[in-house]
Amino acid sequence: MMKSKLMLSMLHHLRGMGHRMIERTWRLGAGARLFFLAIVYSGESFKRFHLTLREIYFTGVMSLLIIIVSAFFVGMVLALQGYNTLQKYGSSEAIGVLVALALVRELGPVVTALLFAGRAGTAITAEIGLMKTTEQLSAMEMMAVNPIARVVAPRFWAGVISMPILASIFSMVGILGGYLVAVPLIGVDDGAFWSQMQANVDFSADIVNGVIKSLVFGVVCTMIALFEGFDAPPTAEGVSRATTRTVVISSLTVLGLDFILTSFMLVV
Amino acid sequence: MTSNIVEIDNLSFGYKGRLLHKGINMVFPRGKVVAIMGGSGSGKTTLLRLIGGQIKPSHGEVRVDGDVVHKQDREGIYTLRRKMGMLFQHGALFTDLSVFDNVAFPMRELTDLPEAMIRDLVLMKLNAVGLRGAHQFMPTELSGGMARRVALARAIALDPAIIMYDEPFAGLDPISMGVICALIRSLNDALGATSIIVSHDVKETFLIADYVYFVANGEVAAEGTPEDLMQSKLPFVHQFVHGDKDGPVPFHYPAGDYRSELLQASSGQKG
Repeated sequence: MMKSKLMLSMLHHLRGMGHRMIERTWRLGAGARLFFLAIVYSGESFKRFHLTLREIYFTGVMSLLIIIVSAFFVGMVLALQGYNTLQKYGSSEAIGVLVALALVRELGPVVTALLFAGRAGTAITAEIGLMKTTEQLSAMEMMAVNPIARVVAPRFWAGVISMPILASIFSMVGILGGYLVAVPLIGVDDGAFWSQMQANVDFSADIVNGVIKSLVFGVVCTMIALFEGFDAPPTAEGVSRATTRTVVISSLTVLGLDFILTSFMLVV
Repeated sequence: MTSNIVEIDNLSFGYKGRLLHKGINMVFPRGKVVAIMGGSGSGKTTLLRLIGGQIKPSHGEVRVDGDVVHKQDREGIYTLRRKMGMLFQHGALFTDLSVFDNVAFPMRELTDLPEAMIRDLVLMKLNAVGLRGAHQFMPTELSGGMARRVALARAIALDPAIIMYDEPFAGLDPISMGVICALIRSLNDALGATSIIVSHDVKETFLIADYVYFVANGEVAAEGTPEDLMQSKLPFVHQFVHGDKDGPVPFHYPAGDYRSELLQASSGQKG
């Protein structure tokens, strides 16, 4: 009796695992299909660029404040922590290069992507989820207007264009924050701060790689937000869950992809 | 050109093994207002989605202007949809666009008309539904009845041959209901269109419909002119039209014997 109960419970768990695996595989396939369709129907986004421009304003420009404030504090903390360690080895002049490399290579693209997922990604998911719930997408379909071309593609390109620009702004403001702490506050030499940075930050190895990372994160974060909105069950709870999933999946994917991209970039 | 703009032929449709429609036949003659009535969950809205090609039937077919809807590719479906206008249950207005831009939306998306002409057309459509003065409002600033009228103006923006209405009277006050009712009839006649109304509001629908289909248990339970159906002795039609509490659609959801269930519950509590 006990044995059969155990067997039944194990079977139940296995069935649950299988169900979750199938569901996730299906969602991955559906997400890839949406990505493919967004690319195929992108013509409209460039032909009528004002549609994309409007989305750049909502995803990019509206994210500027959170990006600038966060970058400023990240840069200041980096300078404080960096100085604390570097002075033990007598190389506190290298503080500029430490701040710049940390921001341009890693923190700029990664933190921007995380903030983007939390600010613009959730907004995209909630907006599309609500459009679905209130039948706005169905109405568009019934008017013979393709929602992928009209709704998904402009938001996709807006995210892809905005992310590298936001990441660059993040790095620049972060460096400024680091400078303000290192030079006027701590008293590191002004010339050493900038010259070390200029000498040791490489354009292709550091800046271009950072831009490549932020481009990849832009594609991934925007696509996750769009798919979650499109796939959200048309209920208040469905949209709420989809919004949460956007943040969780985007954050984990960005962190995982960052490791993979960094590995490739360091090897190459 | 056939006399019927939409024909539903032996149509069956179901979700997850459960058949919602079982061999339905309906015709929608040009220029007429035809209503599809039935209880909640009887698949009335699904019929509109089948006509619009948003879902495919399991068996049978829907023909719009002679073309079988489910055999069309994406372009073909979009070509058919350009002949249709649809009023959704809650309007489905684009909340980020003003009333003016909502009505202009299909014109801007589907035509190359100059902006000056679009402006005139939008104002004409809004005037037809009595809301020209509200063109600058956002959808959130409108009442339910006004939103429905703006959605109607948007649905007729490109003078469609078929106008579909999904529960156009649901949740409206009597005045708004009367306005929508009069608009459906007058716009249908003015545009020479065919209107398909899905509703369970008997009084308003019977007032404007030329012909009515009753759907129950996945089949056409009755059909005829509103006058015929008012006199109908068919138990289902009588119950629906007169709003009887009990009849073929029972008041009680199927359950076991009431007395024994109560006794079982009380003995269980004692134990």
